[in-house]
Amino acid sequence: MTRFLAGRLVRAVFILLVITVSNFFLIHAAPGDPAAVMAGESGDADPQFLEQLRERFGLDKPLYVQLGIYVSHVVRLDLGYSYRQQLPVLDLILERLPATLLLSLSAFAVSLGLGILAGAMAAARQGRLSDTLISLFALIFYATPLFWLALMAVLLFSIELGWLPGFGYETVGAGYAGFARALDIAKHLVLPAMTLGLFFMAVYVRMTRASMLEVSQMDFVKTAKAKGLRPRVIQRRHVLRNALLPVVTLAGLQAGQLVGGAVLIETVFAWPGIGRLMFEALSQRDYNLLLGVFVVSAAMVLLFNLITDVLYRFVDPRIRVAS
Amino acid sequence: MNTIGTGEKPVIHPGSLKRPEGEPIVRIEKLSIALPEGADRVFAVDRLSIDIHPGEIVCIVGESGSGKSMSANALMGLLPDLVTVAQGRILLGGENLLKLSANALYDIRGRRVAMIFQEPMTALNPLMKVSAQIEEVFEAHGLLTTRERRQRALDLLEEVGLPDPQRAARSYPFQLSGGQRQRVMIAMALALEPEVLIADEPTTALDVTTQAQILDLIRRLQRTHNMAVMFITHDFGVVAEIADQVTVMQHGQVVEQGTADEVLLSPGHSYTRKLIAAIPSGMANERPAKEKNATGPLLHVEKLSKTYFMGSGLFGKQRQVHAVKEVSFSLERGETLGIVGESGSGKSSVGRCLVRLQDPSGGHILLDGEDIATLKGEALRAMRRRIQMVFQDPYSSLNPREKVGRIIASGPIAFGEDNAAAYKEAERLLELVGLDARAAERYPHEFSGGQRQRIGIARALALKPEIIVADEAVSALDVSIQAQVLDLLEELKRTFNLSLVFITHDLRVAAKICDRVLVMQTGEAVEMGSARTIFENPQHTYTRNLIEAIPGRAKEARIAALASA
Repeated sequence: MTRFLAGRLVRAVFILLVITVSNFFLIHAAPGDPAAVMAGESGDADPQFLEQLRERFGLDKPLYVQLGIYVSHVVRLDLGYSYRQQLPVLDLILERLPATLLLSLSAFAVSLGLGILAGAMAAARQGRLSDTLISLFALIFYATPLFWLALMAVLLFSIELGWLPGFGYETVGAGYAGFARALDIAKHLVLPAMTLGLFFMAVYVRMTRASMLEVSQMDFVKTAKAKGLRPRVIQRRHVLRNALLPVVTLAGLQAGQLVGGAVLIETVFAWPGIGRLMFEALSQRDYNLLLGVFVVSAAMVLLFNLITDVLYRFVDPRIRVAS
Repeated sequence: MNTIGTGEKPVIHPGSLKRPEGEPIVRIEKLSIALPEGADRVFAVDRLSIDIHPGEIVCIVGESGSGKSMSANALMGLLPDLVTVAQGRILLGGENLLKLSANALYDIRGRRVAMIFQEPMTALNPLMKVSAQIEEVFEAHGLLTTRERRQRALDLLEEVGLPDPQRAARSYPFQLSGGQRQRVMIAMALALEPEVLIADEPTTALDVTTQAQILDLIRRLQRTHNMAVMFITHDFGVVAEIADQVTVMQHGQVVEQGTADEVLLSPGHSYTRKLIAAIPSGMANERPAKEKNATGPLLHVEKLSKTYFMGSGLFGKQRQVHAVKEVSFSLERGETLGIVGESGSGKSSVGRCLVRLQDPSGGHILLDGEDIATLKGEALRAMRRRIQMVFQDPYSSLNPREKVGRIIASGPIAFGEDNAAAYKEAERLLELVGLDARAAERYPHEFSGGQRQRIGIARALALKPEIIVADEAVSALDVSIQAQVLDLLEELKRTFNLSLVFITHDLRVAAKICDRVLVMQTGEAVEMGSARTIFENPQHTYTRNLIEAIPGRAKEARIAALASA
C-alpha cells in the first residue's frame, strides 16, 4: 500500500509539472497580455507606458526565462502576485476555495447518494411505474442544460415561492454568527448544490440501474437465491455491492471536476467561488491568477483521482491483490 | 436428427420402475414447462416424470436445449422470469413445491434442496470472502450464532477437502482455482445437510483430473449424508462414473429411462445410442506414421519459451510466469499433432506463439526452415497466410456486426484478392464445411454453436494455409456436434493436405483425431509419442494420471467388450 501510494504521488507531481508548463504556454499563445489590457483600460496606450508595465511584470523577458521563473516559484508553493487585485494569488485562491468546495462537495454527496438510491429502487422495481418515473426524471435532468435548470429553480423557489435565497453565499449585512450563520449559508447552498448535482445524479441513477440489472443476471446471484436468501438481502449484499464498482469509477471522474466544474453555477447564483475567480481572471488577462487557479484545480483532480484509486482497492479486493 | 418427427417411442427400462423400498424424496410428475411465445418450441420440458430416492444419484442427460437444466431450475423454484410451469407436480417429501408461497420456498432452498452450478468461476460473489459466503447460508435460515457459523464454515471447508481450510476461508474467490471454488460451492450446498442436492453440470468446466476428484467427492458426500442427488450432465462418461439411474432427454422429452447399466450397456433409443457412440472412446486408432519429408519437417519448434511479466509499473515488483519452458516438437506435412494438458499447462500459449498472436520469449519456430519466431512487418504478414487458427469459443470469435461472407472473405481481400472472387470463394468454402452458400448473407448470431465453428473453420481455410492451429476448437460443443466437427476437420485435412496442431484438454478427443500427442504440464513437455503409444503405454506419471481420470473408462471398456462380443 505504501509503495502504491509513493508511486502514485511521484507520478502525480510529475503530471502536475507537465500541466503547469503546458498551461503556461497555452496562456501565452493567446493574443494580448495583461499589460495591453491594463493600458487599454487606463486609456493610455502609449508604447512607452506599455514597455514600463511589461518591464514591471517581467513580461519583457524571453518566454523561457519567464517559464523558468514561474515554475521555480510554483515548486516553492508561491503562485505569484495578482497585479490586478494587488494580492498574492495563493491568498485569493485560498479565500475562495472553501466556498467552492462546500458547494461542489454538497452537490457531489447529493448526486451520489440520491442517484444510487433512486437507481437501486428503479432496478428493484424494474418495469413498474416507479421505475418508469425515476428513469423519466433522470433522462430529463440528464438532457436539460444546467444553467436553464438553475434559472428555473431561482424563478420558482426564490422569486415565486420565496422559500430560498436565489443568490449569494450568505445574507450580506445580517450579522449572523455561529449556528445562525451556518443555517443562513445552508439555505443559500440548497439551490446551487441541487442544480449542480442534478446532472450527475441523473448519470448515477441510470448507471446504477443498468449495472444492477446486469449484475442480477449473474451466476452468483442465482447461488444466493439457492441459499434461500430473501430478495432484499440479495439485492443489497450481492447485487448492489457489485453494481457499485462502475459507479465508483464514474464518481472519481466527477470528483475531479469538484473545483473547476462549478463556473456556470457559481456565475448564475453569484457564488463567491473559484469558478468566478477564474472567469474574472480570464477576462482581465490576469496571467498569474489564471495559472494559479489552473494549478490548484489540476492538483485537486490528481488528489481526487488518487483517493478514488485507494477507495477502489477497498471496494474491489481483486485490485488490491493484483497490484 | 429430430426423433419427434420419426415417432420413435421412449424406452423405459424395467430398472427405472423397480425401485428401492419406501417413498421417493423427490417425485416429478408429468411436469411441463412452457417457454415464452415466439420460442423455437412450446415446451422447454414436456411431461417429465422422475423419482429420486434418498441415497440415489439420478442423472439427467441431454445436449444443450434438451430441457435438462430447466428441470433442475424448476425443482429449485428458480425458473427464468418468462418461463412458467404449464402442468404437473413436483413433490418434495409429498409436498407440492409448485403450490408453495414464496416465503415457504425461501425456507426450502438451501435447507432441504441445495444446488451447485456449472461455472465455479462465476458462481461465487467476487467481493465476499469465502467464509462469509458459507456463513450466509446459516444466516438465511436464522440458524446458529455468528461464532458457530464461522466454525461450521471452517468444518465444511475441511470436509470438502480443501488443503488449507483456514486460508481458504479468508480468501476471496478469485484467489482459488476452479476446482477449489467448486469445492466451496459444494461446502455451501452441504451446509444445512439438505435432503436433495441438485448438481447442474458441476464438472463440465473443470480439468479432467479435477473432474475426477469432484465426482469422487460428490459420490462420497452423497453416501455419508444419504442425500438424493439430481445430476445434470451432457457427458455419458460422467454418467458411467456416477449414476444409479439415468434419464435421457431430447428436445424437452424423455427418450430413455433406466438404471445406469441398462442405459449404458443396452441403450434402446436411437438418440441414446447416438450420444454414447459420439463419445470419443479414449482408445487411439492405429495410424500409419507420416512419411518424413526429405527436406525436413514442415514445422520445427525448438526450445520455445514464453514468459509473462505481471504487476509491473513504476514501483511494483515484477512477477514472472513461465507459461512455456523450452518446448520442442516438429510437425510433418499432413500430420495432426495433439497438444494435451490441463488449464495452466501452457498449451494455449504454444498455439498463440505458433500463429504469432503472441511473441515467443525464446526459441525458434522453423517453418520450412525459416525462423518465424522473430519475423516482423511485411514478412510476418506474409507468414500469417500459411498458419491459421480456429478458436475455442464460436460465440465470441466471430464479429457479430459482420456478415458471414465478409468474415470469411476479408482475409483474402486483405492479401489483395479481388472482392468478387473472394466472396465467391467464401460461398464455396461454406458449402465445403457443410453449410449453405446463402449463409454468407447472414450474421453469426443466426447460427448455432456447431455451425459457427464451421464458419470459423471456413474462415481459417480462406487463406489456403498449410497449417491450422485449432485451440480447443470443439470444447464448447455438444458431443454429437463435436463428433461432426472432428469428422469435418479430418476430411478437410485430407482434401487440402493440411497439417493440424490440435490443442485440447480432452484426451478422448485427442485420441480420436491425433497422429502424435505432446503432453504438457506447467509449461513443460512431459511426454511425446504416437497417440497409440501415449494412450496404451504412457510413460510419465502425469500422463497416466490424466488417462486414469477420464470419466467412465471402466464402463467404456465393458461397453466395448459387449459391442465386440
